[in-house]
Amino acid sequence: MKKVFDRRWFVSLLVLVLLAFPFLVGQSSYFMGLVVTMAIYAIAAMSLNLLTGYGGQVSIGQGGFLMMGTYSTGVLSTTFGLPIWLALPSAGVIAALVSLVIGLPAVRLKGHFLAVATLGFGLSIPEIALNWKSVTGGYSGLPLMRPEWASDDLTFFYVILMLTFLVTWVLMNIANSRLGRAFLAIRDSEIAAAATGINVAGYKTVMFMISAFFTGLAGGLYAYWIQYISPNDFTIMASFFLLAMIVVGGLASIWGAILGAVLFTGIPHFSDAYVGVTNLVIGLAVVLVILFRPAGLVSLGEFFQRRKQRPSGETPVEKVPGQDFEEADNA
Amino acid sequence: MGQIVVSGLIFGCVYGLAALGLVLIFRTTGLVNFAHGEMAMVSSFVAFSLLTNFELPYYGAFLAAIAFSAFFGIAVFWVLIRHVSQASHLNQLVMTLGVFLAIHGAAGLIWGHTPTSFPKAVEGKSFSIAGVFITPNEIFVLVITFLLSMILFVLFRYTRVGLAMRASSQDLVAARLMGINVNAVFLATWAAGSVLGGIAGLLTAPFTFLGVSMMFNVLIMAFAAAVLAGFMSLPGAVIGGLMIGVFGNLVSYYWAPEMALVCTFALIVAVLYIRPQGIFGDAPTMKKV
Repeated sequence: MKKVFDRRWFVSLLVLVLLAFPFLVGQSSYFMGLVVTMAIYAIAAMSLNLLTGYGGQVSIGQGGFLMMGTYSTGVLSTTFGLPIWLALPSAGVIAALVSLVIGLPAVRLKGHFLAVATLGFGLSIPEIALNWKSVTGGYSGLPLMRPEWASDDLTFFYVILMLTFLVTWVLMNIANSRLGRAFLAIRDSEIAAAATGINVAGYKTVMFMISAFFTGLAGGLYAYWIQYISPNDFTIMASFFLLAMIVVGGLASIWGAILGAVLFTGIPHFSDAYVGVTNLVIGLAVVLVILFRPAGLVSLGEFFQRRKQRPSGETPVEKVPGQDFEEADNA
Repeated sequence: MGQIVVSGLIFGCVYGLAALGLVLIFRTTGLVNFAHGEMAMVSSFVAFSLLTNFELPYYGAFLAAIAFSAFFGIAVFWVLIRHVSQASHLNQLVMTLGVFLAIHGAAGLIWGHTPTSFPKAVEGKSFSIAGVFITPNEIFVLVITFLLSMILFVLFRYTRVGLAMRASSQDLVAARLMGINVNAVFLATWAAGSVLGGIAGLLTAPFTFLGVSMMFNVLIMAFAAAVLAGFMSLPGAVIGGLMIGVFGNLVSYYWAPEMALVCTFALIVAVLYIRPQGIFGDAPTMKKV
């Protein structure tokens, strides 16, 4: 019981700090932008974690869905004049529909084949965006205007924050629902899941669509924040970083995804002095965490908690989420 | 048309060689190596340093770079990958992704981000065979790809080392019980895979200029080739590479260069939809539930 109490305190504190954040940094648009980027990557990482951590389906192409989100909102809002409350969910829906292109073969693909197919998707979306000039504007990108009421950064910062809280809450509930349990069952063994009456193909498709929907939404939010859509925003590197975020943060854990997103969005802030340093630092961080904390950074919390509970020197048995990942493919 | 197919075949050879290394490592150790291309890039830079700073002849630098690749592959395996050999596939994949990022970043710091030209293996003017122009260097690429895949095929099929590799790929515990030194087999595999990648890098550099990002495209196409081939078949990897090379070249000539990648992956998704185990893969079997 005490643990739940602790977490509530922690969450309230986090929310309060985030709400007060613009005033703590004197409404500096740089720092607000940093937190917004963290929030957007957190949404995308949580969605990916639902797919990969809970469902066991590797995707190295989530950046493609983020980009789908930015361009969809851009086209819907600038070309068709849709209001923001319609453009954002529509961007999510478009991303979800496109995810069927990957999701339908994915029902049959496993492990490395799926990884490479999604990698191809993540690589293809930027190329298509560059080449489809009549819609996407090619290299010059698309402009995007925020609505009148959200035109100043402070208001829109809170809009993004609220939506992030909402999405986190929704995803947490999905993860702890019948749906989430079905995903876990599919991850652990597709055959066993099918034997217990889970429609594996159906749930896999749903998994891809949910994940793509929220990722697309995150992309749309980013587009509205920057107010400009460029083909260089979410390249294949974004897909790599997202995957690294959830593994370093912790698989099958909402907090892990958030932690990973904050960490990997924060690192470039300190290491951006030179182009290569960011990649080097992030690469080393990934390698070190996987070597020494294979269950991700969230396992540090559990580690300390268990220490406190059992001072008798018993060695805690560490559960590694995703340990049985794709074991069947080893055949 | 013939010209486009032939130059596609040349690119295909490079993809095939890189894919061969990927498949070799995957077959034996069950790991998809994302750092394959970046490791090859480092080897090419080593060759370049030997050529310019130490003024070695081309073949000396070539051989030294190959030796370096073998050493580098062994080092990466022994220091890093060995420790995740029992981890989940996703952790292994992200581990090699981390190595990819770290090498990419470090190489950028050491050698900068401006591409430089790299000498060809064989100099000489192009000549025409049946209306298709080809340079001696391109013939060298074709020959070396053919030779290497033959050597590897024979090694894998007919020697004791190859037998040990196949045994380790099927069942690690059983292989160990049969007296196979699995660690040595893994080291040999990583050395061989890394050498194949390194050669692919040395062959790529004259075409694309030497730069830290030069191997990314090759890596992606090698993945495509490996997947097309089913990630298991060694001859399949080379044939897959040739197919991808020709297909990509045809698309970039008749449509747009940027669409080559998109169409290649569309092709792969289509192929995998029909045959999820790849063209040359065996029918999938479930060992464990």
